[in-house]
Amino acid sequence: MSETITREIFDHMVELAALELDEAEAEYLRTELNKQLQAIEVLKAVKLDKDTPIASHGVPYTPEISAQPRKDIIDPFPNPEEIVALSPETEDGYLIVPDIPHEDVE
Amino acid sequence: MSRELCDLPAHELASLIRKGEVTAVEALDSTLERIEAVDGRPGSLENGQSFPEDTERVHAFITLTAERARFQAEEVDDKLKTGEIPGPLAGVPFTVKDIYTVKGTLSTAGSKILSNFVAPYTATSAARMEAAGGVMLGKVNLDEFTYGSSNESSAFKPVPRNPWDPSRVPGGSSGGSAAAVAAGEGALSLGTDTAGSIRQPAAFCGVVGVKPTYGRVSRYGLIAFGSSLDCPGPVARNVTDAAMMLNVIAGPDKRDITAVTLPVPDYTAGINEGVRGLRIGLSPDFFKISYFNSDTGEVEEQPLPDEIKAVTQRAADTLSDLGARIVEHVPMPHTRYGIPAYFVISRVEAASNLHRYDGVKYGYRTSDAVTNLKDLYRRSRAQGFGLQPKLRILMGMYVGAAQYSEQYYEHALRLRSKIRGDYDAVFDTDGEYKLDAILTPTTPSTAFPIGDVFGDSVLMQYADQLTVTANHAGTPGISLPAGLDGAGLPIGIQLLGPDFSEATIFRIGRAFEMATENDAWRSERPKVLEDII
Repeated sequence: MSETITREIFDHMVELAALELDEAEAEYLRTELNKQLQAIEVLKAVKLDKDTPIASHGVPYTPEISAQPRKDIIDPFPNPEEIVALSPETEDGYLIVPDIPHEDVE
Repeated sequence: MSRELCDLPAHELASLIRKGEVTAVEALDSTLERIEAVDGRPGSLENGQSFPEDTERVHAFITLTAERARFQAEEVDDKLKTGEIPGPLAGVPFTVKDIYTVKGTLSTAGSKILSNFVAPYTATSAARMEAAGGVMLGKVNLDEFTYGSSNESSAFKPVPRNPWDPSRVPGGSSGGSAAAVAAGEGALSLGTDTAGSIRQPAAFCGVVGVKPTYGRVSRYGLIAFGSSLDCPGPVARNVTDAAMMLNVIAGPDKRDITAVTLPVPDYTAGINEGVRGLRIGLSPDFFKISYFNSDTGEVEEQPLPDEIKAVTQRAADTLSDLGARIVEHVPMPHTRYGIPAYFVISRVEAASNLHRYDGVKYGYRTSDAVTNLKDLYRRSRAQGFGLQPKLRILMGMYVGAAQYSEQYYEHALRLRSKIRGDYDAVFDTDGEYKLDAILTPTTPSTAFPIGDVFGDSVLMQYADQLTVTANHAGTPGISLPAGLDGAGLPIGIQLLGPDFSEATIFRIGRAFEMATENDAWRSERPKVLEDII
């Protein structure tokens, strides 16, 4: 089987995805990814005209059936404390997290 | 066993309750007794070890909300006593796939990462069912975040089993919904369909499942998978019940801009008008599967099993006898690209939707000591997500990455146009075919044994080959039972129509139901029900 997604590319993606994997998970997932990519390869054989449009959804949203964007009026959730309370750790309405690391963007 | 209240179709039960012949509490008690008899242990993160009796039970539920249901049922009975009309679903017990938020209930998506998430608001479709007098029994199991076609990927074990043969899967991802409806555990269930996740389990469990037109039903409160593909819809015991449920859940919603403003017709109104004059197509592209064989690296074309082809052909003959015009050899040439395109589009959308789970705002947070926020994210996501979400995140990131996007994602979106074009061409009222609907088998197989496919993510995805193109196109579809195979397992047929043609496909489905109501296979019942006599 072809290995389009090498271990190096895979490890980079795992980093970007904010995941950690043990060795067995990594092996399974990389194998499945490469299998899926192979299955996708069949698409390449389909030659499409450059003017074939992109469809980001199927149903055409004509003005007649489309909802209008809501007015820019604040409609607050009636009980924001309920939302904050869902966080695993809070203090005085703030969400508590560990140290946020400083990174220099290259 | 004799038929109980919990076995009645929703519309019959609602009618009896409205007339005062039965109370909503009696209907609820009957359903709770059935759940007690057939469901076994509910899905739980702690239920990893399996027991022999688990293999004979349905395990549809993650969370049974019996007290809440009793309160609702009593409310319906109280309203009736004072002469108030409690709505079209008066006293009908229903379940909700645990991918919807319902305020005050655990809303887990079948994932450890949401295993402690008690929703602070209710999904529009669930709220509409309750407002219509429906009695919510609880939340039913599914593939983790809906990612699968068998329910085996749920983090909540034991996973649902097929009521017709508990050694087999119920299908997925709305497997708990379909299994519950089949086993008398609620007459209706609210499911979701992103590639066939309502229709495929409906076919496997011998019930009716509807994927409405995209935009027909609000997605507010639906925990998102593929936002351009996800469709909430009914799982029911018959076509009339499904139509009645769609009446309730369809319609615009100020909380979902993609919910269309088109008025909702009464889907039950013309349902018995028959099929005379309707043009129904059969496409050879739906009678084979083009399956990628990862052992050989080749795309292989295989015909469907003879029994499934025969049941579909028989349905076509029945509809023809009823006066429909059957149009054969309808070309749907892009059907074969439905799954590969879905591998790209759904993964990009899934990856985007899964980035929000971070162990900070809600849901699971690692209890390990971590030194900084990045480690918290990483560790929480690593421990909270199962393999299927991880696979979708990584695949979505890869095919959506800037350097590959044109090659994969944009190409798949252009192919989506071609898939949509297939439907537009055959439904075009000025075109060659002028179809009102297409008749196909729903699935390339009947329910497969637990463990047979799970783990092979490519093979599992191909269970949706005959359903997924309607999700790309946005068009509606229904699966309804049409017979049993040699092993006694249900076979589903599918009707696909143009945008917002739900009334027509209900009509065709109902005509088929009426014409086959005395068929021998219709008197067969799921094995789990025979076992509790």
